[in-house]
Amino acid sequence: MSQNAPAGAVVPSAESKSIKVSDRPQTSWAKSRERLAWLMVLPSILIVAVVALYPLVQSFRLSFTNARLASNRAVENIGFNNYRYLWESDTFRIAFKNTLKFTVASVTLELLLGMIVALIIHSQFKARGLVRTAILIPWAIPTVVSSRLWAYMLNDNYGVINDVLVNQLPRAVSWIPFIGDDLAGIFPENKIAFLARPNLTLPSAIAVDVWKTTPFMALLLLAGLQIIPGDVYEAAVVDGAGKWKQFWQITLPLLRPAILVALIFRTLDAFRVFDVIYVMFGSSVSTLTLSIFTQNTLVDGDRLGRASAASVIIFLCIGVFVLIYTRLVKVEEV
Amino acid sequence: MATVAYDRSTLPTDQPLKRRKLKISDVVLKLLFWLLVIFILIYTLFPFVWAVLAAVKPNEDISSTPTRYLPSKLYWGNLDYVFHERNFLYALRNSIIASVATVTIALIFGALAAYALGRIKFRGRNATLYVILAMTMFPAIAILGSLFQMMRQFELYNTIPGLVLTYMTFTLPFTVWVLANFFKAMPGELEEAALVDGSTPFQAFYKIMLPLAMPGLVTTGLLAFIAAWNEFLFSLTFTNTYAARTVQPAIASFRGNTQYDEPWGSIMAAAVVVTVPLVVLVLIFQRKILAGLTAGAIKG
Repeated sequence: MSQNAPAGAVVPSAESKSIKVSDRPQTSWAKSRERLAWLMVLPSILIVAVVALYPLVQSFRLSFTNARLASNRAVENIGFNNYRYLWESDTFRIAFKNTLKFTVASVTLELLLGMIVALIIHSQFKARGLVRTAILIPWAIPTVVSSRLWAYMLNDNYGVINDVLVNQLPRAVSWIPFIGDDLAGIFPENKIAFLARPNLTLPSAIAVDVWKTTPFMALLLLAGLQIIPGDVYEAAVVDGAGKWKQFWQITLPLLRPAILVALIFRTLDAFRVFDVIYVMFGSSVSTLTLSIFTQNTLVDGDRLGRASAASVIIFLCIGVFVLIYTRLVKVEEV
Repeated sequence: MATVAYDRSTLPTDQPLKRRKLKISDVVLKLLFWLLVIFILIYTLFPFVWAVLAAVKPNEDISSTPTRYLPSKLYWGNLDYVFHERNFLYALRNSIIASVATVTIALIFGALAAYALGRIKFRGRNATLYVILAMTMFPAIAILGSLFQMMRQFELYNTIPGLVLTYMTFTLPFTVWVLANFFKAMPGELEEAALVDGSTPFQAFYKIMLPLAMPGLVTTGLLAFIAAWNEFLFSLTFTNTYAARTVQPAIASFRGNTQYDEPWGSIMAAAVVVTVPLVVLVLIFQRKILAGLTAGAIKG
């Protein structure tokens, strides 16, 4: 699924409410209705089975073979050799580490920034509608476009970020009396090669992802804020609790389910990151992630079996995330 | 506006408002609040504005040092180039066909399944819902290889129908899930009345419930369209010529017509062309999108 796919803004639904009509005793009419239900569901189930479930099973099977795409030689079963290869591969290990770094850093930053933005667009002020609309823009821009756009802005020669950091900001703060010159001194003297220095490439990609995805995080948190009933604050106000105390003792605890749901989907999305890094840095080692490793192994390396093994590893990691998180959400509900 | 933690409207209104003296800390907080608002606006809007500016700047402005913020003159050459670049036009065509087809198919089959899942009790209903829910979190990369093999086998590699089929993996479960919740939340009286009047169950769906579900269909369709339009990995992997390749990989590998190291002018022009329709759609439907994005995220 693409990074920005809105799919998944969902939580395991509880038992749905029964509908009166269908609660009638099993008559032939009710049976025909049940048959109709199956007829209506069937096409979707068939499509999902063909394009997702079957390929998933196939991924597991292929991961134990030496299959290739462009070869006619017989496919052999090679047991765990693909997995052993990945275990011993330095590249795969780097990809795994990069993916973890990317996931932890981007999700943490998005949660913090998203929280600030959510609190702001939840409070009443004049330009609130404008801000709510504005934050949808980064979300609507395709990841490929935002990656190229930021690559242009981060350019070490004529990129606007470097100009702001090296020229504009020092000039702006030097107007501040007394401490202005000292403040100006903290900005870099020379332009920074964000896209070339190996220790800055991954952070650059993280910055782009944070820019693009914080809105989504903020909207999920906003939805959570909006269902906190107002009267819980009344009691706090009566008790004389300040805003800060209210946030830590009321807002945050009540927001926990929303935070968890937001974290699930962002973590799942970040862990399979492909677009932003591939567009900015191709398959360079300093930013290689699991998804890029897999795509490369498949398309450029023509190693269907090995790529499938990497796919399976990603799938299992994501499965573990889902399990951990759904447990947490359920515990919250009890 | 020191209150950022909650809506002011939620404050008890029956308390007499005490006129407090304007404290310095309040002023500072208010100032900080507005600085933050302005920062958020710049942070979210500036990059897109910058892309639009780059699309209409002469090429020497784009790579000038120090940075030129406003175009020295309006220059349409890059946009012109983009609209005469054949591969880009093919890519645009492919994207439009693939996205529209994806949305149409996902909505037709999705609405059918969602109605059954949302309003009819039948054996296997919950199991189906759970499978659908799990599919909405499904990582596309996990099936990249096996899908590739399938595409080759059925000669769907590098074709638009092939792409549309793979796009079902992320649009169909999403559509079914959101619409099922939508149908479930709809009042049942009209449907019941139709059934009592002798409509068949399918007529009740087709003539009564489906028209009522229009707002949900529009929102879901729009979100599915954006997802399909922005898709990159499948298009990059399952196409190799502009017979089927969509705009996202086209922009990722865009080479312009200038002598500069990276043809940022034409890249940004192309980027603006594929983004503006989305931004317009989002601005028109912003309320629906806000609701749709978070639909079902939080119970209540």
